[in-house]
Amino acid sequence: MSEAITPEIVKSHGLSEAEYARVIEIMGRQPNRTELGIFSVMWSEHCSYKSSKKWLKTLPTTAPWVICGPGENAGVIDIGQGLACIFKMESHNHPSFIEPYQGAATGVGGILRDVFTMGARPIANLNALRFGAPDHPKTRHLVAGVVAGIGGYGNCVGVPTVGGECNFHPAYNGNILVNAMTVGLAPADRIFYSAAAGVGNPVVYVGSKTGRDGIHGATMASAEFSADAEEKRPTVQVGDPFTEKLLIEACLELMATDAIVAIQDMGAAGLTSSSFEMASKGGLGIEMDLDRVPMRETGMTAYEIMLSESQERMLMVLKPGREDVARAVFEKWELDFAIVGHLTASGRMVLKRHGQVVADLPIDPLAKASPEYDRPWVMPKKAQPLDPLEVPALPALKALRTLLATPDLCSKRWIWEQYDHMVMGDTVARPGGDAAVVRLHGSNRALALTCDVTPRYCQADPYEGGKQAVAEAWRNLSAVGAKPMAVTDNLNFGNPEKPEIMGQIVEAIRGMGEACKALDFPVVSGNVSLYNETNGKAILPTPAIGAVGLLEDLERRAGIAFESAGLSILLVGETKGWLGASLYLREVVGREEGAPPPVDLALEKKNGEFVRKMIAANRIAACHDVADGGLLVAVAEMAMAGGIGATLLPSREVLLHAWAFGEDQGRYLIAASKANARAILTEADRANVKVETIGETGGDVLALSGGQAVSLIDLVAIHESWLPNFMAAPDRNA
Amino acid sequence: MQAAVIVFPGSNCDRDVAVSLAHIMGRPPLMVWHRDAQLPKVDLVVVPGGFSYGDYLRSGAMAAHSPILRSVKEAAAKGTRVLGICNGFQILTEAGLLPGALMRNRGLKFVCKDVHLSVLRADTDFTRRYRKHQVIRIPIAHADGNFFADDDTLERIEDNGQVAFRYVDEAGNLDDRANPNGSARAIAGLYNETATVLGLMPHPERLADPALGGTDGVPMFESLLEALS
Amino acid sequence: MKAKVHVTLKNGVLDPQGKAVGHALESLGFQGVGDVRVGKYIEIELAETDPAKAKAAVTDMGKQLLANTVIENFTVEIV
Repeated sequence: MSEAITPEIVKSHGLSEAEYARVIEIMGRQPNRTELGIFSVMWSEHCSYKSSKKWLKTLPTTAPWVICGPGENAGVIDIGQGLACIFKMESHNHPSFIEPYQGAATGVGGILRDVFTMGARPIANLNALRFGAPDHPKTRHLVAGVVAGIGGYGNCVGVPTVGGECNFHPAYNGNILVNAMTVGLAPADRIFYSAAAGVGNPVVYVGSKTGRDGIHGATMASAEFSADAEEKRPTVQVGDPFTEKLLIEACLELMATDAIVAIQDMGAAGLTSSSFEMASKGGLGIEMDLDRVPMRETGMTAYEIMLSESQERMLMVLKPGREDVARAVFEKWELDFAIVGHLTASGRMVLKRHGQVVADLPIDPLAKASPEYDRPWVMPKKAQPLDPLEVPALPALKALRTLLATPDLCSKRWIWEQYDHMVMGDTVARPGGDAAVVRLHGSNRALALTCDVTPRYCQADPYEGGKQAVAEAWRNLSAVGAKPMAVTDNLNFGNPEKPEIMGQIVEAIRGMGEACKALDFPVVSGNVSLYNETNGKAILPTPAIGAVGLLEDLERRAGIAFESAGLSILLVGETKGWLGASLYLREVVGREEGAPPPVDLALEKKNGEFVRKMIAANRIAACHDVADGGLLVAVAEMAMAGGIGATLLPSREVLLHAWAFGEDQGRYLIAASKANARAILTEADRANVKVETIGETGGDVLALSGGQAVSLIDLVAIHESWLPNFMAAPDRNA
Repeated sequence: MQAAVIVFPGSNCDRDVAVSLAHIMGRPPLMVWHRDAQLPKVDLVVVPGGFSYGDYLRSGAMAAHSPILRSVKEAAAKGTRVLGICNGFQILTEAGLLPGALMRNRGLKFVCKDVHLSVLRADTDFTRRYRKHQVIRIPIAHADGNFFADDDTLERIEDNGQVAFRYVDEAGNLDDRANPNGSARAIAGLYNETATVLGLMPHPERLADPALGGTDGVPMFESLLEALS
Repeated sequence: MKAKVHVTLKNGVLDPQGKAVGHALESLGFQGVGDVRVGKYIEIELAETDPAKAKAAVTDMGKQLLANTVIENFTVEIV
């Protein structure tokens, strides 16, 4: 036990010299290796948010409908009629790069646990994926593995994967992003929290056995990648979705009784962070006998038991005398159940192994004294606006064909067909639209779900990009007719110790915060993933936003498909033809430059509320927000979805290529019958919302009035074929 | 009529099919836990989709040897109607209630999408509310749905009229591109010799509600209700 | 003692996984790769000390559960 802790050992645990000095100060002596391990995971970036905490505090987190904001396992909002919606998004970037199938699978498992820990039955999964350039030798292998892993886990657990997004960019070549989101439902008066209570109450371990997997995953997620990352393979955990399914059922069954005082899943840093968090939040101590922890392997040390990241495990505090009730439930589901310790009044964590005390540390000083840094940052250099006149104008429909076959705009069917998106029998709007719509079981209400961010905007201007990510998520929900309720964020950035990266973080959070405030769209949960760099090269700043909206009546919603001919096509919002940072510029012209389109939050709100009102009034046959690729891409998506063409009348004021492909924000396309279109225009006038008629549905081509046309069958073929063709191409380097 | 749904720990379409049964038949099914050795007396047993015991060895292999399946086999032998959907179909073949086996999809991937099926017989208790050769749209969601049987078995089941559904295109034509998993002879569903047991990979319960985008699954449940009432 | 069980697809049963592995090997440039078949390998710890009895028991396990004899063959080795 009295092994000397050398500077090398400290360094290998990812603690700085200053941090180690704090450790000695708190302990009043040199820690042993187990204790050092516990400090290192608790103070890792992943668990402590030490670089981002200062800035995360600036985000708006409250609203009358917020039941529980950030700080618990997931965020909770009140959705009426006695129901709460519990949701969160979390990254599993590094593990997925090293072993894509298991990395992605365990990412899904972890986020599911965060949600059902709080008493919710998970009802939907989403994911936001970023991969490297398609021609990078690892990309195909990573796409195949990540998608199969997400499907393999979610499909088996029986929670539908209903939506998400997927981009490709060379900045992710060495650092892919796998952000998974789970949404669950619980009775609003039966939410479970993690704060322990009641000295003497039993601490119970349930779920799978503990093995040596994933030791130091939390510190791995908090360090930059180097080229030897692939050597770190053994730290990747293996998921067991069947056990997760049993764990969901068993926990929900036990939660229906009154046996549980507090519950916490064992995520990153396993038993260490779960026990610490429960005790720390309850202001108590905890004593555990590690011999009682169910183990899969022999000869495990206290260090290994405390730091293992074996999956599908939970820790709970039970009411005294309820052990047998709980044991019976877990035995029914054939899961391990062990009373591993009890709560104490000491405020210390005391661990025993083979009858000896192997660790004895104070809980509060360790948890509360976790470092919080005000890291130096510099204001990011923001790209300058680009005049459309400086951007070459290529034939519009030819450019459209190019855009629809690009990795970012092509159909992602190849991905979502590998996900069971229909299990549970409530998926009303399947993947492919603006937001997925999942019915609240047995009712006529539904949740609308989406996730969004535009990393190229964030790169060009983190502040506008942060604003835009929130605004676009809000817009996606509005476009199906849902009232946007709240947000979860997953902030993916490079190394925060570099002032320019820290500047991106600060500015993106500022933009997000402003948008959330203006749109009444609080952040209720989130996750930060930093150090997404390989050999010093950072990813694009990627603050992914997951969002939830509420539809009060399924009959009053909109999809994106043109479902009949002869409808008027209306455009809501201002079109100036903003081509800076657009996909047209990048994919058709081959330039990545210019400031991203600014978001006018007041206009955003006005336009969205107008659209929602029109949907609620049943005046709208189809609706789609105008986003990546601009107006013509959005019209093409609506036409392809419904198999009905359109003829458009281009603007006379804006250059054709800027009109067709500009990415001005706050815009929606609407299809409506002639009578409804007239009513909408009148209402818009009254509400001072800019709405103009830009064309009409019909035929089997997409045409620009007075000239070019392209057949819909052609567009569908182009749009659907890029991804399957890419994935079917022979591997050069699996 | 009374139906029962078998619930394995990894079943995940048990609720979905129970909703359809309750809605269409006007009476909720009994949910029978996998460890119950005895099946209650019912007219119809549904073995639902999911991953029974995790399906780590082979889809449905462990479930086929569970105590409840022994009881289902006994009931089937006495003529109780048995419907196996997706994992249920895999379990019924593993248990020997239906011939053949369901292997990994030809494309090696899990596939969730709507497919078109041709109804080959409209004279069974499962399909009397469909028309013969009617083309219906029903979703699939599986990784192991590639039906295999040796040539003799295939000839025999064709001759006996045991093929219930084939994968076809929207117009009802056989087309290899419409076969989502590489199944032999595009077989999507299969009866036993007496047409009292049906197994199929597609999920009729997933398109039995207009809010979910289709109702082509409804006639199967209506057929059973009509036949067994 | 320990039983080692190899489960393989029967000859004549199409093996899509084997085919995919074969393609992958070819595209990696390995020459002369013929038919590839993917199977399963299962290890079972046994209390039984008599090899003949152990083999009989594991053979029974193979028929009942470990292999689906409609599509698979298996071999048992006792060590």
